[in-house]
Amino acid sequence: MGGDTIAAISSAAADSGIGIVRISGPDSFAVIDRIYRSKNGDRKLSREKSHTIHYGYIEDDGDVIDEVLVMIMRGPGTFTAEDTVEIDCHGGVCAMRRILETVIKKGARLAQPGEFTKRAFLNGRIDLSQAEAVMDVIQAKNEYALKNSVSQLKGSVRKEVSELRERILYHIAYIEAALDDPEHISLDGYGEEMAGEISQMQEKILRLISTADDGRILKEGIRTVIVGRPNAGKSSVLNTLLGEERAIVTEIAGTTRDTLEETINLNGITLIITDTAGIRETENVVEKIGIGKARKKLEDADLVLYVVDSSEKLDENDAAIVRMLRTKKAIVLLNKSDRKTVTTREMIEELIRNGNGAAEEKNDSQCSGALPKEEKESIGKSPEKPEMKSSRREETAYPVLSISALKGTGIDLLEDKLKEMFYQGKLSMDNEVCITNMRHKELLAEAKESLEKVQEGIALGMPEDFLTIDLTEACRALGDITGETSSEEVVNEIFGKFCLGK
Amino acid sequence: MKRVEEWTDVVVVGAGHAGCEAALASARLGMETVLFTVSVDSIAMMPCNPNIGGSSKGHLVREVDALGGEMGKNIDRTFIQSKILNRSKGPAVHSLRAQADKAEYSRSMRKVLQKTEHLKIRQMEVTELIVEDGTLTGVRTYSGAVYHCRACILCTGTYLKARCIYGDVSTYTGPNGLQAANYLTDSLKANGVKMYRFKTGTPARIDSRSIDYSKMQEQKGDERVVPFSFETDPDTVQIPQVSCWLTYTNEETHRIIRENLDRSPLYSGMIEGTGPRYCPSIEDKVVKFADKDRHQVFIEPEGVHTSEMYVGGMSSSLPEDVQLAMYRSVPGLEHADIVRNAYAIEYDCIDARQLELSLEFRDIHGLFSAGQFNGSSGYEEAAAQGIIAGINAARKIQGKEPLILDRSEAYIGVLIDDLVTKENHEPYRMMTSRAEYRLLLRQDNADLRLTSKGYEVGLISEERYQRLLEKQREIQEETERVKNTWIGTGQKVQEFLRAHESTELRSSVRLSELICRPELSYQKLCEIDADRKELPDNIQEQVNINIKYEGYLLRQIRQVEQFKKMEERKIPQNLDYDKVPSLRTEARQKLKESRPASIGQASRIAGVSPADVSILMVYLHSNRKV
Repeated sequence: MGGDTIAAISSAAADSGIGIVRISGPDSFAVIDRIYRSKNGDRKLSREKSHTIHYGYIEDDGDVIDEVLVMIMRGPGTFTAEDTVEIDCHGGVCAMRRILETVIKKGARLAQPGEFTKRAFLNGRIDLSQAEAVMDVIQAKNEYALKNSVSQLKGSVRKEVSELRERILYHIAYIEAALDDPEHISLDGYGEEMAGEISQMQEKILRLISTADDGRILKEGIRTVIVGRPNAGKSSVLNTLLGEERAIVTEIAGTTRDTLEETINLNGITLIITDTAGIRETENVVEKIGIGKARKKLEDADLVLYVVDSSEKLDENDAAIVRMLRTKKAIVLLNKSDRKTVTTREMIEELIRNGNGAAEEKNDSQCSGALPKEEKESIGKSPEKPEMKSSRREETAYPVLSISALKGTGIDLLEDKLKEMFYQGKLSMDNEVCITNMRHKELLAEAKESLEKVQEGIALGMPEDFLTIDLTEACRALGDITGETSSEEVVNEIFGKFCLGK
Repeated sequence: MKRVEEWTDVVVVGAGHAGCEAALASARLGMETVLFTVSVDSIAMMPCNPNIGGSSKGHLVREVDALGGEMGKNIDRTFIQSKILNRSKGPAVHSLRAQADKAEYSRSMRKVLQKTEHLKIRQMEVTELIVEDGTLTGVRTYSGAVYHCRACILCTGTYLKARCIYGDVSTYTGPNGLQAANYLTDSLKANGVKMYRFKTGTPARIDSRSIDYSKMQEQKGDERVVPFSFETDPDTVQIPQVSCWLTYTNEETHRIIRENLDRSPLYSGMIEGTGPRYCPSIEDKVVKFADKDRHQVFIEPEGVHTSEMYVGGMSSSLPEDVQLAMYRSVPGLEHADIVRNAYAIEYDCIDARQLELSLEFRDIHGLFSAGQFNGSSGYEEAAAQGIIAGINAARKIQGKEPLILDRSEAYIGVLIDDLVTKENHEPYRMMTSRAEYRLLLRQDNADLRLTSKGYEVGLISEERYQRLLEKQREIQEETERVKNTWIGTGQKVQEFLRAHESTELRSSVRLSELICRPELSYQKLCEIDADRKELPDNIQEQVNINIKYEGYLLRQIRQVEQFKKMEERKIPQNLDYDKVPSLRTEARQKLKESRPASIGQASRIAGVSPADVSILMVYLHSNRKV
């Protein structure tokens, strides 16, 4: 198969303090040897026995990034049937991201959507009967990644990357046009002419890379969705949050009327809040249509605010919502604390425990494609670590807060909880966003490197047709960020911009 | 009524550049071959530009030659000027171009055909295909004769329902007033073949006696001519050459064109075919590049036995009076007499996605096609497809696997893969930018890449093959020697380096390291390379390229390895794409139209995403085991 070594974050960043970076492929051990240091600094993990766990540090050229547990697994007894390394880290999202970056720098490649699953399948680790589910996962993950990659890109960044790419494309087309029709178009001195502009491009890319570091390349903020039964007080919660005149940054109308987005800044934490008004109209068919619609929104969310009317009994709609929350970071708001309490904190906690557990069995067969979580959860369990799953289930407890949106009480509790979660690193932009961000950064770095090679070529006086090799690489890398790639593009550009022919 | 009825192995329809190569390949492989043409006097006619080769097209000619084709040899016999373009660029884009004596080119090719065993020429229009149960069994001619055959190769060029147009004048003829083929399209459609209508055009021919060359720049050929064919002895092509001439259009030319645009059949809607962007008419250039105040015009001889001159750069379909005024506004052409008008030509061709990579129709067994009929343009593109179609028709009859060159092996591979894989809306022209691995696909190494394949197929003689093996051995030995030869810091060496403005040595280095310096080369280093044996130029060139560009070459070789892996993953031709779950609708549609032979080919279809490709891989994997 592919033959190269891939890596990705394979646990939801928001799930817990522990994150897993997974590496798979023939160079997995070589990569870990380059970045792992044991306590006394003398152990090479590639020499260790298979299926063993090791305590130590991950370093990037001498800088310690995090304290970790590393699991070494030799193929074929692994999920992908390839040599696999899993790095468990506790340093939160940032550390996890840096570890992944280091892994990539040291020889692995960022996995494509669904790639672990694909490898597991092609290497015979997943039953043939699950082929369709595998294909669904690839498609779902791809759509999800695409959506993230393009929609998450800030307009200004997108524009800048696009413009850079267009200029590179122009130079490629110019050179190619001249090579195709040397009697019409001359290349004399073109390299030197281009060198100046390319250094400007290099600077721009460097600036973009530095913005990628602090996540500014993507739409910032914690994507938050408010869900709940009709009349539970979702809108009141939203209005209360907004009504206190906390800095409202923007108000964006979504593509449909029922996805109104509000950006709220709570003590420096930015939330992009979506009210799921849609559930209201589809109340009676919540199980059928509504779940799909709400799930779509939930997929994107980093945080779910689940509003429960404490003055009414829980019903099957609540059960359905709880099932959808399964893999999400959520806060339960027990609203209407000013009225007579029918539903207590214990009752909702009980529902969550049962709902999550019950949902797990069902979800394996039915919903694996819909929620593009890391494949281990969605299809075929990793045979080596059954204990991971059960421990995770125990941890899926959500904070339950008693509030009254009407009276405005308890809102401060919500703010405190948000702050607490955020600063403990439990709450952040979701996994895919940070991976998307990292993918962008990696691609920018590739583009930068290619442009450096172009400069070297110019300095060495290489013929122009060699320069296009690296220009084309730079163009491809930038195109992968903005989603613009077509094999016919250069040809189109040649015909569009240059006049040639008999 | 009694009709002629004959039996043969292969029928080739059309004797242009594709048809000639197809018929020759088939006959040379021992197949009884009948070549049909509407006019025996027009075999291998060049109805447009009077040259062969040029950027990337020169590569195709070299590849055809390396496989055992005729085009390269024929131009070597009949050229009147020759040049290497892009000589100052990298070796991958050096390209040979020769001006042909058109009449001689045609006559010479006819002679070759007429001397070839197993090959018969027949002047007659083929009007109908005879297809039984999805297999081609013969063709019917306009006269009613039936030729039963085991394979047929369609190379109809621009003749199907051809129509020539300028201004409001149109004639239902092929190029140069030759008879069009008006019936075959209907037979193709009746057999379910999807047709397109394309357009191309040609400039006027002007009487040389009416041209004032003193107002133009002379364009001479190279002093030392390099032949196209690897078989041609370079000493035999050092002949006296004729010149071409360069002049320019001007504001006056553009004004005349602009004021008469409404009389152009292209703008009035009289022409419905899709024209090529790379070969725009002068009116297209003036409209599209309105900011350019002049365009180059090349005046090229059509041959040594004619006074006609080709006006390169000014093809047109404007009315006769406008043409005359427009040409006469160009410096040197003030008193120009037109011999033949410029015109646009429309013709029927196919959506080539109906073909397999072997150039056989997917749904009509035994029917092959090549050239402009497949939606390409250019003599060289036609010849390249022709030889492959001819080889594969013969191999089909012999029960052998088809010869398929992939994108990493030849420009021919790129050409055919593009044609049968991608949706094509205009005549397709070869370009070096289309070849991903062009550093490896050079014109100088076409023989090293392809001659052994030509030998396996049976078009290359034992003697030529042995010469190739010898050449390969010599290149390898010399490359090794250069890598292991040390150059010391002696006075002679330092002087040599100083003379070539190269940094002097501090300690000994390998000869190969010096070759890598931009200002030096294998050839230049001869002076300080005492043990060098005398080697032919073409071997020296290979050694120089191998060493000088080793890093880049290795990079492409690695890319090719990746590419090959995906090409080797075959997709069954009967795969029902509707049964593959999760594919996006657009991808499903495109895959059904192109029916790629491999995962690699699928990944090149516009509209098929990497995720769709992954899904396809998973699907195929699960089905294989079931």
